[in-house]
Amino acid sequence: MTNNNHQRIRLEAVSKRWDDTTAVDAISFDVTPGQFVILLGPSGCGKSTTLRMIAGLEQASEGRIAIGERDVTFLPPGDRGLSMVFQSYALFPHLNVADNIVFGLRSRKVPKAERRERLARVAQLVDLEAYLDRKPAQLSGGQRQRVALARSIISEHPICLMDEPLSNLDARLRGEMRREIKSLQARLGMTVIYVTHDQVEAMSMGDRVILMQNGRIVQDGSPAELYNRPASAFAASFIGSPAMNLVQLSANDGAAVIDGDSEVAVAPAAAAGGQLGIRPEDIEVLSGDASGVPAEVIDEEYLGADTILQLGVGSQRLRARLPGKQPMPPGTRCRLAWAPSAAHLFDADGLRRDDLTALAFSVTTGRKAGEGGAAASSSSMVGNTHP
Amino acid sequence: MVIYNAHRRMQLYGAMLLLPAAVLLATFAYLPTVATLINSLFLPGFRGEPAEFVGLENYQLLIEDTTFWRVARNNLIYALGTIPTSIAIALGMALFVNARLPGRGFVRMAYFTPTILPMIAAANIWMFFYAPQIGLFNKLLGALGLSGVNWLGDPSVALTSVIVMTVWKEAGFFMIFYLAALQSIPPELKEASDLEGTSRWSFFWRVTFPLLMPTTLFVLINALINAVRVVDHLFILTKGGPNNATNLLLYYVYENAFSFFDRTYAATITVVILLVLAVVATVKFAILDRRTHYQ
Repeated sequence: MTNNNHQRIRLEAVSKRWDDTTAVDAISFDVTPGQFVILLGPSGCGKSTTLRMIAGLEQASEGRIAIGERDVTFLPPGDRGLSMVFQSYALFPHLNVADNIVFGLRSRKVPKAERRERLARVAQLVDLEAYLDRKPAQLSGGQRQRVALARSIISEHPICLMDEPLSNLDARLRGEMRREIKSLQARLGMTVIYVTHDQVEAMSMGDRVILMQNGRIVQDGSPAELYNRPASAFAASFIGSPAMNLVQLSANDGAAVIDGDSEVAVAPAAAAGGQLGIRPEDIEVLSGDASGVPAEVIDEEYLGADTILQLGVGSQRLRARLPGKQPMPPGTRCRLAWAPSAAHLFDADGLRRDDLTALAFSVTTGRKAGEGGAAASSSSMVGNTHP
Repeated sequence: MVIYNAHRRMQLYGAMLLLPAAVLLATFAYLPTVATLINSLFLPGFRGEPAEFVGLENYQLLIEDTTFWRVARNNLIYALGTIPTSIAIALGMALFVNARLPGRGFVRMAYFTPTILPMIAAANIWMFFYAPQIGLFNKLLGALGLSGVNWLGDPSVALTSVIVMTVWKEAGFFMIFYLAALQSIPPELKEASDLEGTSRWSFFWRVTFPLLMPTTLFVLINALINAVRVVDHLFILTKGGPNNATNLLLYYVYENAFSFFDRTYAATITVVILLVLAVVATVKFAILDRRTHYQ
């Protein structure tokens, strides 16, 4: 492979407006060939519109879209050299699986012999050989999904756009298809732009995640960057399950404390008025007489591998994720601790503050941010619960 | 025994639920059909004499009746003239008003207007178009310096005039069905085929038209039934004339029954119409149904 720059996708200040609403507000990014890029965000954030503008199904109101050296901003979808998988799969209900897959090849007048050959290859790739004569209505959700994938693979376009392709599947199948799509992408060296609102899909599949909110890019980075260094309180709350705790900070005695608590200074005074973010898996729960932020168990949720504790601190609420089953009935008093590097500070507008670092307070062990999510939670204190 | 009784009770319950519909259908559809069939085997009794059983003599008469064959031929031409044309126009109009165009609500309403008019009223309107001296068409022709046509009086033109009016009336009705079907086609199908560079023409023949097949079949059967069933406009426009040039089967039945008072002959023609319609509908379903995709 000499140069696959023809796969590079470049968006320059692309906007989409309808009358008085702005769906996408001057966003720019570059996708390098072979990358698996996730457009992530809540519904209505403009991620699907962005994808549809790249596809050519929506016309950009402003800005420029280029694929390789070509400016495709005004090209019809069929001339852009890309394929797309729709949320609803968009299979033709009256055609059988084989005809659905080769539909595009027929449109492009590919000779019959080559069509048959490519169909055989792709059907094997997505494991659909036994179903080629079936109509879409006779297939399960996962099989329909595979037909949609096959239809986009057979086109042999280097770029594939996917619009929430897994959201119509049940949870178990979704996990399976996640791995399958990811391995197909790697094997075929496709450039994929994948729209989803599911942070699990984003974290597990993406080489790179572009997080969007209100038509703008909030953060653009690797899944690990989004997890370890969220650029804003919004990014922090969107990634991770359960999401990062965000607690209000208020000033007290020359330092910032968790609002409603006056005992433990958690951050420099300048952080007051903003928010403190700690991931549930970074919180250590210590016994009531240890040093740390005083808290009270409000609720516990046992999930098998771990337990999610709902904790009250001052006027704020936090969730902590602890391994295994925890004998912590509601009302139990305890102390919380975390490594300063695991604490994220955000200003009143929700933007990350890197000029301040959270204060350290007697923590024995703790995982450092940046080490990745493997070391889920340290388990120092468990067991000695006394009211 | 208890189970058996419970089962019987359920069956009785089901039968009771069906009863109202069954009674209505039997009274107004099946009984008259059977009565008509029986009637067609008799000669009418005059001056209080009982009707005389003559077997298939009425059918023999029918085969020798040149007027009947003329009327049957008219009806065939009428069906062939109205059905494909009105379906094609209906589909065209539906595709047109399904697209994003300004004021499409108004256009849809305009296309549908002929349908809400009663046939009699529509025929009255067309009388003004077709009238020999003062009619709209001849006025227009006159303005262009052409001599007028006797639209309804000329035996060679009259049937075509009736056909044109019927197409005008029917197309809007069928359009509604096509429009509903078009709106049930997911827009992603168009987008998916756009991404493959499929032309509009190709998309229509490979996706839209096959997906509209159930509607086409429905409309086709309806159009066929209407071609035989709806003759109201003949009462206004031509009364079957001139010289039976526009006479259609049902109107001929009416003439026989209520103008010539030959009820049994009318019954005979009715039976033949029923048979022909049943055969055609069966064939249509048998051939087209296999090739039709139902969602």
